[in-house]
Parts: sequence; C-alpha cells; structure tokens
Amino acid sequence: MIPLQWYLALSVVLFCIGIFGVLSRRNAIGILMGLELMLNAANINLVAFGRFLHPTVLTGHVFAVFVITVAAAEAAVGLAIIIAVYRNIEHINVDKINVLKW
Amino acid sequence: MHITLHQFAFLAVACVVIGSALLVVTLRNIFHSLLFLALSFLGVAGVYIVLSADFLAAVQVLVYIGAVTVLMMFALMLTHRVMTSNLSQTLGQWSVTSFPVTLGILTILLKVLVFNPWGLKEPTKFQPTTGIIGQSLLTKYLLPFELASIVLLVAMIGAIILAKEDGAPREGISSDTGEPSRIESSCPCSVKDSDAGGQV
Repeated sequence: MIPLQWYLALSVVLFCIGIFGVLSRRNAIGILMGLELMLNAANINLVAFGRFLHPTVLTGHVFAVFVITVAAAEAAVGLAIIIAVYRNIEHINVDKINVLKW
Repeated sequence: MHITLHQFAFLAVACVVIGSALLVVTLRNIFHSLLFLALSFLGVAGVYIVLSADFLAAVQVLVYIGAVTVLMMFALMLTHRVMTSNLSQTLGQWSVTSFPVTLGILTILLKVLVFNPWGLKEPTKFQPTTGIIGQSLLTKYLLPFELASIVLLVAMIGAIILAKEDGAPREGISSDTGEPSRIESSCPCSVKDSDAGGQV
C-alpha cells in the first residue's frame, strides 16, 4: 500500500523541476518542455486524489483527460508561434525576442 | 522497513521520472533533453499504471510521446540553427535568480505536504477504468467534452494559420541563410546529433 504522500511528493518535485526549466531555459522550446512537465505533475496529483477519494467515480481521470487535451492544443499553438517567430527574426532565444522593447 | 512490490514499482518509476526530468532542464543539447522528456512522459505513464489508471497510461503514451514529443522534434528541426549551436542554453543572470525561486516554491509545497493531516487510505481494489470514463464523458461531462473538441479545432486552425508560409518571397532571409559557411557548419552538427540520438 502506497501512502498518498508519496504521489504528492513526486508531483511536487516534478512541478518544481518544471518551474526551474521554465525560468532558466533560454530556448523557447525548452520553456514549453518545462510547461509540459508541470502539466504532468498536475495530472499525477489529479489521478492520485481521484484514486484515494472517489475510486469508483473517476472524476480525476476525466479531468486529467481534459488537461491532456488542453496541453496538446497548447503545445501545437505554442510551437506554431515559435516557428513564426523564427521565420521572422531567425531566433527563438527568449532574450533575443525584444522587438517590442524599444 | 518492508517494501512491497507495489511500492518498489512506484519508487523505480518515480526515480525514472525525476532523473529524466532533471536531465530535461539541465542538459545543454536541447535535442537530448527532448529525448529525456519522452522518457519522463513514459515514467509518468508508469505512475498511472501504479495508480491503476490504465486508460490514462495509454493516452499518456499516445498523446504525449506520440504527438507532443514528435511535434516538438519537428519544431526543433525547423529551428535547427539554435539547436545545433553549442551556445549556453540558460538565461545568464535569470538562471541565478530562478534557483532560489524554485527552492522557495518547493519549500512551501513540501511544508503543506508534510504538515497537512491527509489520513486517506488507498483502496485495494483494482478495476478497469475505460468504460467508466467513456460513460461519464458522454453523460455527465458532455458539455466539457464538446468544448474540448472545439478547443482542439480552434488550436488546429490557429496553428495552421500561424505556421503557414505567406507566399511572398523573402529575399532578406534567403540571402542571410544562403551563406555557404553557415550551411557547412550546421550540417556536420546535425549529423552528429542524429547519431547521438540513435545511441540513446
């Protein structure tokens, strides 16, 4: 039997690794990778709480399915924006994308 | 302390997830960190299996590894000059400040985790989840289900419009990228990267 705290600890550590990736990466695709890690941590939390609270209703599973859907849409739109930015200014390092900063 | 097989499976999978996630945010070569991101997604699918969420484990493998990772791989190859260049992948002074910020958030979350009395017991019964998820998606959560399909449609149209070439010839960019020295310097790097990816 695995206590709930183990799942939550895994989720906390994964979320913080994702935050560190988002804050410290320079490549915009690296920032999107950190975002995906954070969404995965949230999904682990949802499924773990769903299993421990309502093991027959599966509300957490359904919510996790929606989170996965939105994450896929977000990745598609984000990568399209990154490709458009790359085509215009030939860089996707976020410290070089400063056209609006005059 | 006696560790059961269930707990051992969770610990092994958690080690894979945490280790590969750390490599994702610290490796200098962004292509290698993308491959470790796929390994981390696979580990999260293992966590779902430990949690007896069989449908979500399959969806995780299909959507994240099959779609999101491949999409990011395409984006990396379309922006290959940033990938192959061996420059630093972290944001100079911001990486110094991001470390204490991350540690602060980690401390707050762990404090909540340790000092909150959870008192929940895991049920011992394992059951298939696919049928229940399908029934609840088409009865109780029908409106969010349709909204999710609209979100996917809008995201697909938006991504196509954003990433579409707009027909006009771009003489400025083509003259920039047409320098032979840059092409020669980028080609061996990309070959080397694909070789390293094959080894992983």
